[in-house]
Parts: sequence; structure tokens; C-alpha cells
Amino acid sequence: MAFLEIDGLRKRFGQVEILKGIDVELEKGGFLVLVGPSGCGKSTLLNTIAGLETITSGEIRVDGRQINDLHPSKRDIAMVFQSYALYPNMTVAGNISFGMEMRGVPVAERQKAIDKVAKVLQIGHLLQRKPSQLSGGQRQRVAMGRALVRDPKLFLFDEPLSNLDAKLRVDMRIEIKRLHATTGTTIVYVTHDQIEAMTLATKIAVMRDGEVQQFGTPAEIYNNPTNLFVADFMGSPAMNLIPATIGTNGNALSVVLQREAREPINLPMANAPAGLSAFQGKPIIFGVRPEALTDPEGAERNASNIATADCHIEVVEPAGSDTFAVTNLGGKGVVARLRADANIQPGTSTPLAFNLTKAVFFDPATENRIR
Amino acid sequence: MSAVTTPARQASGGVNVKVINRIVIYGLLALFALFYLMPLFVMLVTSFKTMDEIQNGNMLALPKAPTFDPWLKAWGETCVGLTCAGIKGYFWNSIKMVVPAVLISTMLGALNGYVLTKWRFRGATLVFGLMLFACFIPFQSVLLPMATILGSVGRFGVTLQNSIGTSFGLGNSTVNLVFVHVVYGIGFTTLFFRNYYEAFPTELVKAAQVDGASFFQIFRRIMLPNSMPIFVVTVIYQFTNIWNDFLFASAYAGTGDSMPMTVALNNVVNTSTGVVEYNVNMAAAMIAALPTLLVYVLAGRYFVRGLMAGAVKG
Repeated sequence: MAFLEIDGLRKRFGQVEILKGIDVELEKGGFLVLVGPSGCGKSTLLNTIAGLETITSGEIRVDGRQINDLHPSKRDIAMVFQSYALYPNMTVAGNISFGMEMRGVPVAERQKAIDKVAKVLQIGHLLQRKPSQLSGGQRQRVAMGRALVRDPKLFLFDEPLSNLDAKLRVDMRIEIKRLHATTGTTIVYVTHDQIEAMTLATKIAVMRDGEVQQFGTPAEIYNNPTNLFVADFMGSPAMNLIPATIGTNGNALSVVLQREAREPINLPMANAPAGLSAFQGKPIIFGVRPEALTDPEGAERNASNIATADCHIEVVEPAGSDTFAVTNLGGKGVVARLRADANIQPGTSTPLAFNLTKAVFFDPATENRIR
Repeated sequence: MSAVTTPARQASGGVNVKVINRIVIYGLLALFALFYLMPLFVMLVTSFKTMDEIQNGNMLALPKAPTFDPWLKAWGETCVGLTCAGIKGYFWNSIKMVVPAVLISTMLGALNGYVLTKWRFRGATLVFGLMLFACFIPFQSVLLPMATILGSVGRFGVTLQNSIGTSFGLGNSTVNLVFVHVVYGIGFTTLFFRNYYEAFPTELVKAAQVDGASFFQIFRRIMLPNSMPIFVVTVIYQFTNIWNDFLFASAYAGTGDSMPMTVALNNVVNTSTGVVEYNVNMAAAMIAALPTLLVYVLAGRYFVRGLMAGAVKG
């Protein structure tokens, strides 16, 4: 039995169904990230777990105990809000201990708990300040301190890093990960940033329009997306999703990619997924991540199925650690990720290696994966 | 050459026009300010003059021999109707009426605003609309119905007095006035607080809920301490309105010992025995106006913006 279980959760506002039957579970000490574009219902789902929103039907259990109808304060959860929601009239210490005060914890015990948390988060010198005297990162820490001090069964984070600047966001991301590793707490985390999702999660639920599109480990989500939406949403730069057709090359299936003013590329497939044979001669969406489309020298040596084809390079973007090259295939701009020192010029043709072991295929009609 | 000098000349011309504009604007402002301050000035100087000086001198002249006697007489000796014990009793009447009325109506407005924004219920918007409507009801139209209600409440008070020995203040004119002003003020105070709390970050309330704070704990510990600016605005508004009210005061407490300051002042001025003591009248009027001025001066200090700065992101 999992630690956090959500079964068939539905949430309706009048006629509009916000959450359409969510099934998710998380083991103890796990880190679940709810990710999706804005309006997909991820924050609403978090609020239902917190008890700040009621649910229409379904069940939420934490550690085997059903918590659907409990008041937020009785659920043994702590929440970090997007805006931090620090009480502006109280000092940092007051903010951290407010929950304990409400529960009638004696002053001496409160002080001990404050000191402990302040030590973990290194905010000891800030305890007597008001939130308005803190920087963004410090407020973030205090908000986490307020959650940590409860020592709850479940931590809920609602886009906690979205108000920080880029550098601080990376620092705090690492800090949250470290905190999770050292304290071993169970966390549910909402974000629209797929990098946060990939780096932090032990489990990811990709959501769209109130439904979980795919639920799995970051590696599963990244390498085995179940549909076009997940493939497109996860990964940066995004996966290349190229309109293509299935043809034959000898007695193997092949992927046929149209090119501008040249004959199409025909990539032979050594071990095509079984479902693909039904699509012979039909259009499909060919998905290949930028790192699986690279210069032949930089290609993965032990990949079993690499096909090389000449491509016309339109744009070259040196990003320091890598060089990105944009070519045009199937009428779309396609990004290839090359070594930083790859010698490549825009406007020329150069061979690119397609790692077909890592390629995925989608049915353009249903947008589902062809396996 | 000319191409170089022309812009310079235009610029200096622009400066001249600017200066003239400034002179006209500030001149007009000063004129209007003077116009509005003149009555206050006349009242103030007259209240420090002796009757002789008023009858023989210039209205605008400064007092030749400033005296506090008119103020003392207004406070302690002047005749209000038939009793000649000054206005001090009525001043305290007003205080006793205004302070509870302001505090109760402000607190109820804050509570309403809190519920209407953070605990939205079905029909909350309608309720708010109706309360807003209360702001536009003319005073005159409620005079008679309110008199009927106060009459009934008074009779109930008498019944209580006879049966259990205390009326709980029901039927007392000061209590009546407090009640009327609270009822009439709720519309405005609710409007003020609702609009303020509408912009108040709801996440703070949610955080407090997760922390286990109850409905009233959130109100007292989170909402009220962060409501200083609107609290001050509401108190100033309510205090000024209720202190200055004459219609309700004269209708429901127009006679007897519990009449408020405004009614008493009217009676001072209307008392026609012998000479009209302008200096005493002016002093009485100044005394009547002082508390509202005082509220502005004291509360205005807390009228600072940006107390919410730092509550939500940065």
C-alpha cells in the first residue's frame, strides 16, 4: 500500500469539471511532481490534498487514513505557497511558530523547534525580522521553515520557485532536493517547469485539462512518453516531432522524411515497434530528441540502430556546452544537439546521425504512441 | 547660426510660459484656500475677543486683548435651552455616543468584508450589493420607520426593567443613537473593508487554515493586524460623520440630558436671552469641531501606505 493514494478524484465547479478522475500514488519518502501547463488542474489537485478545496468524488488517503473530509489543520500536512504567504505582521519566528501556537504547544517547546529549523535552513540571524525586511530567497527559506517545523506526514509545495530569479531558482532547487534527501519526507510538488519536474521528482504526473496524461518515473516520462502531449511538454529543448511516413527499405520498415528541394530521407529501422507495420505508407509523427540527433562522431557508440543522413543546416546556435543546429525536415524546424566544438556552418549540408533506438512514433489522428 | 539659437530661444520662452503657468495655478489655489479658511479665521479670532471689541471693531481684526473667557463660558456656563451649565455635558454625550458607534460599525464592517471576500458563500455578491445599496438610502426616508422601531425597543426596555430590573440600555437615547449610526454605517464600513480585503492575499488565509487557525483567529491575528490603513480611513470617516450628524441626533435625542453636541450647539446659538454672545457661540462651535480635527491629526499619522509591502513576493 502506497503512502499517499488518490483514487478517482473528481472536482467540479458548477458545470465545469476541473479534475476528471485522478489516480495517483506515492511511496513513503517519495517526491511527486505534478506538472502541466497553466489551467491543467495541478494546483487544484494540490489544494484538494491540502483540504483547501473540497472534492466532488473520489478518495484521498495518507498512510492508510482517509483524509477527504478533514480540516486542513487535521490532515498532518504542511504547505509552501507560491507567494510564500508569510504573515506580514509577525516576525520570522512568529511566522514559523504560528501553527504551534494555534495547536497550544508550550512556549519552551516552540522555541526549541524554531531553533532547530533555523539551524537546518540557516535563518537563525533572521528570526526577529519582519517578512518585508527579507529578500526573495530568504522569504522562501522562511516559508519552508514554517512547513518543516510541523514535521508533517506530507509536504505540499505550490510552485515555490516561480517567484525567484533564474540563478536563485537553481540554488533553491538544489536545496529542496538536498532537504528531501536528508529529511526523507514525502513531498507533493506542483510546477509548470519541466526541468524542476525532471530534476526533483521520483515520480512525475504530467497533467492536461484535469487528466493525468502519464504517471511514472522521470526516466519513463522522458524516454517513453505515452502521447504527443507528454513528448512535447517534457524536455528542453523540446523533442523534435516531425511529420513523416512509414516506407520500406529492403525488407525492413523505414522512416521517410520530406526535405525541401531534395529527395526524401529514408531511414531504415532495424527493430521497429510492432505497431508500426500497420502504418506502412501512412503518415505518422516521428519523435526524436535533440540529443538523439547529432554529428556522427558524437553519436552514442553502442546504440544498435543509428542511421546517418545529409541535412541542410539553416541555423547554428552555439550554447557553450553544446552547439544546436537547426535543419528542416518534414516541413518543420528540427533541432540537433552537437558537441560544442563541432565544426559546422549554417547554409551547408552535413551528415547527422539519427539514434533510432531512442526514437518514438505517434499516430497523428489519436496523438497516442505507436508501440 | 539661427538654427542654433532658435531652439535656445524657444526653450527660454518655454520656461517663461511654465513660470507664468505656475504663478497662475498657485495664485488661484492660494485664493481658494484663503476663501475657505476665512470663516475659520473669523471664528477663531472672534472667539478670543470681548463682546465690546466685537461690537465696535473689525470682524477680520486680530483680538487686541486676547481672552479665554468665551471658551470657558462656552464650556461651563453658557445656556443650552433653559439649563445654563455650558456645553461640557453634551460634549461628553457625543463622545459616549460616537466612540461605541464608530468602533462597533468599523468592527462589523471588517467582519463583513472578511466574510464577503475570504469565505465566499452562495449569494455573497448579492448580499454585498444590498449592503452597498444601504449607502444610498437618504437619511430622511428612514427617520419615521426608525422612530417606530426605537419606540418598540424602548417599550421592550421598560418591560425588561419592570420584570428583571434592568433594561440593558434599551430605550436610552444614547444607546438608540449608537444603534442608528451602527446600522446606517455598516454599508459604508463594509464597502471599505470589502474592497480592501478583495486585494488581500488569500494565500495568507489558506496558510493560516493549514496552520490550524479558526475563523476568528484568522480574523484577529492575520486580517486585522494587516488592516491598519483601511481601519484608519474607516474610523476617520465614521467619526466625522457620526460626530457631525444633526438629523438623527435631533430626531431621536433632540431634548433632555442626553442630546449630543451638535444639537446642543444649535440650542446655544438659538437661545435668545439678551445679547447674542458671538464670541461664546464661536468658541462653542470651535469646541464642537475640535474632536474631528484631532482625529485627523492623530490618526493621519498612521495613514501610511505600504504596510502590506512584503506580504507577498517582493
